[in-house]
Amino acid sequence: MKHKGRFGTFGGFYVPEVLIPALEEIEVAFDRWKDDPQFIAELDGLYRFYAGRPTPLYRAKRFSELVGFNVYLKREDLLHGGAHKVNNTLGQGLLARYMGKTKLIAETGAGQHGLATSMIGALFGMETKIFMGKTDIARQNVNVHKMKLCGAEVIPVEGGTGTLKDAINDALRYWTAHVDDTFYLFGTAGGPHPYPTIVKHFQSPIGVEARKQCLEQIGKLPDIVTACVGGGSNAIGIFCGFEADPQVRLVGVEGGGKGLDTHEHCATLVTGSVGVLHGAQTYLLQDENGQIRETECISAGLDYPGVGPEHAYLKETGRAEYVSADDESVLDAFAALIRTEGIIPALESSHALAWLMSMKGKLPHETNIVANLSGRGDKDVGIVESYRPLE
Amino acid sequence: MTTYKETFGKLNRAALIPFFVIGDPDYDTCLELVKAAIDTGADILELGIPFSDPIADGPTIQKADIRALANGMTPQKALEFIGKVTEYKPVPIGLLVYYNLVWQYGIERFFKDFKSVGGSSVLIADLSIDDADEVLAPAQAAGLETVFMTTPITAEDRMQRICEKTTGFIYTVSTLGVTGARDTLSDRVKPLIGKLKAMTDTPVCVGFGISSSSQAREVADAGADGVIIGSRIVRIIENNLGNKAAMKSELTDFIKNVHEVLQ
Repeated sequence: MKHKGRFGTFGGFYVPEVLIPALEEIEVAFDRWKDDPQFIAELDGLYRFYAGRPTPLYRAKRFSELVGFNVYLKREDLLHGGAHKVNNTLGQGLLARYMGKTKLIAETGAGQHGLATSMIGALFGMETKIFMGKTDIARQNVNVHKMKLCGAEVIPVEGGTGTLKDAINDALRYWTAHVDDTFYLFGTAGGPHPYPTIVKHFQSPIGVEARKQCLEQIGKLPDIVTACVGGGSNAIGIFCGFEADPQVRLVGVEGGGKGLDTHEHCATLVTGSVGVLHGAQTYLLQDENGQIRETECISAGLDYPGVGPEHAYLKETGRAEYVSADDESVLDAFAALIRTEGIIPALESSHALAWLMSMKGKLPHETNIVANLSGRGDKDVGIVESYRPLE
Repeated sequence: MTTYKETFGKLNRAALIPFFVIGDPDYDTCLELVKAAIDTGADILELGIPFSDPIADGPTIQKADIRALANGMTPQKALEFIGKVTEYKPVPIGLLVYYNLVWQYGIERFFKDFKSVGGSSVLIADLSIDDADEVLAPAQAAGLETVFMTTPITAEDRMQRICEKTTGFIYTVSTLGVTGARDTLSDRVKPLIGKLKAMTDTPVCVGFGISSSSQAREVADAGADGVIIGSRIVRIIENNLGNKAAMKSELTDFIKNVHEVLQ
C-alpha cells in the first residue's frame, strides 16, 4: 500500500493477506481519479441532478423555540434514497465503474446504505449483492423490499447477532473470494484503509456546503456542529467542513440504547476501549479478552461495536467530543421534531436531536447549532409505533 | 520442544498439519482429539484461539469458534491447553489468532506466555507484513519463529518481503477466499509453490480448501513441505457433536488415511 491510512495511531489495514491486493487496487484508483476533472464533473452532475445536492440548511424555528437556542438542520434527509448514504455510493460506484468492475457488494445495517448501493447498482447496471444481518432484515423490511425492487440480491447473514458487524464479516469473506470482478462498496467511515479516507472524501460535500450556507444564512460560523455517530460517515462528512475552524465545537452523539450502565448500547467512543476490528485500530466495545460485544440500539444504523478510526483520533486529540443519547430520549426527540416542524427524522439522526434537547437551558439563547439530519424516518415509523403506540 | 527445522528436516515427505479451534467443541473433548491426532500421524499442529469475528474464516470454522466460546474458551485457557498438548508430545505448534486477542492480552506478554507453554510460532490472521513490525521484535525476543501467509494473488515483490520475514514456514493459501473445504484445488497452487521455492529455503506449507487425502497428495506432489487441513477436520467435529466416540474414530481414520497417502 502506498499510504499507511493512519489517523494518529488509529486506522491502518489489519486484514488477511488475501485482501491486500484488492485494497491496493482501490487505493491506486482513488488516488488516480479523485482529482480527475472528468471524474469530478461526472460525480458533481450525479450529486446535483440524481441525488439532489446541495441540500438546504434549514432554520428549524419552532424546534429552536423548544430547546431555547438556534437550530439549523442540514437536510440530508431530502436526498434521493432518504439519507446521506447516496453521497458515498455515487462516489464509490463511479470509482468502481472507472476501475472496470462489474459487480458491487455492500453491507448494511439499517438498510440505508444497502438501498443507496442498490440504487447505484441499478443506475450503473451493475450486479449488486447486499449482505444484511437477519435481525436487521426483520426490523427494516421496507428497505429490504426496496433493495430487491432495484434488482439487488439481499443475502441474509445468520452469524453472530445478525446485525451490521456480522454483515461486514460476511461481505469481507465474500469479497475475499471474488476480488477479481467485485468492488466492495463500504458504507461507513470505518474498515481498513483506504475506506475511511474514501468515505470521508465522498461525504465531505455535507460539511463544505454547510459551512458555506452558515456564512451566507447566519453571516458567521456556527458555535456547534452535531451529528449522530455509528460508524461515523455522516458525522465525518459534516465535521470535515469545520475541522479547520477551532472555534466550532464538534459533538458526535452515539447510541446510548437502554443505558450506559447496561451492555445494551453502542456508545463505542464514550465507553469503549482501543483494539482492532474489521481492518482498523479504533475504539471497540469488547470484553476483557478482546471478544467483541453484542450491541443494542433502537436505531439499526448505529448498532455497531466499532467506530471509524478518524473519530477515535478526533476524540483522542480533543478536537471533537462524543456523548450518547439513550433510546427513550431519542424517541422524545423523534416526536418533538415531527410535532414542531413536520419533519420525520431517522432514528439515527434523532440521536443528535436528543442531545440538542438535553442541552435545553444549558446554552445561551444566541447559540447557533447545525445538526446533521442525516436521514428521514419513514423507515422507522413501525419501530417507533412498537415502542410508543399511538392512541 | 521440537523446532520446525528439526521436524521438516527429518521428514522426507510433506508434513501433515491438522488444524483445530482450541476448545471445540469443549475443552476436554478437544484435548482428547488433538492427542489422538498426534498419535495417528500429525507432524505439526495448527491451533486457533476462537474469536467472535473471524473474518478470515469461512462458516465452518466460525461455527467452531462460536462453540468453543460458548463453552468458555479464553486466551488464558487456550495457552494452558497448549501446555497440556506439548506436555503430552513435543510437537511444534503454530498458533493462528486474530490480532485483537493478542492486543488485549498484551503483545509481549502473549508471546512470552505462548513460548513458555511450548509454542513455536504465531500467525496473526489479520496482521499483514506491512504492520508486522508491531509484533516481530517481541515475537523474536520471546524466541518464537515467524509464519506469514501468501496467496495466489500476492505480488512478487511482496512475496519476496514475506519470505524475508519468515523463519518458520510460509503458509500459502491454495485458493482465493476464506478457509473452507473445497472439491477442486486451485490450479494456481503448483506454480505458486514453484515460485516460492525459487525464492526461499524456508519450508512452504499449503492450506485452505484441502479436504481429502487425494488433494493432500496432490499438494505434496506439487512440492509442498506441509499440508494444513482445517475445515475438513472441524467439519468432522461438527458432524458428530452428538456422538463423541464417532467423532474421534472418524477423525483418526481421516488423519491415518492422509498420513498413509503422504508416505
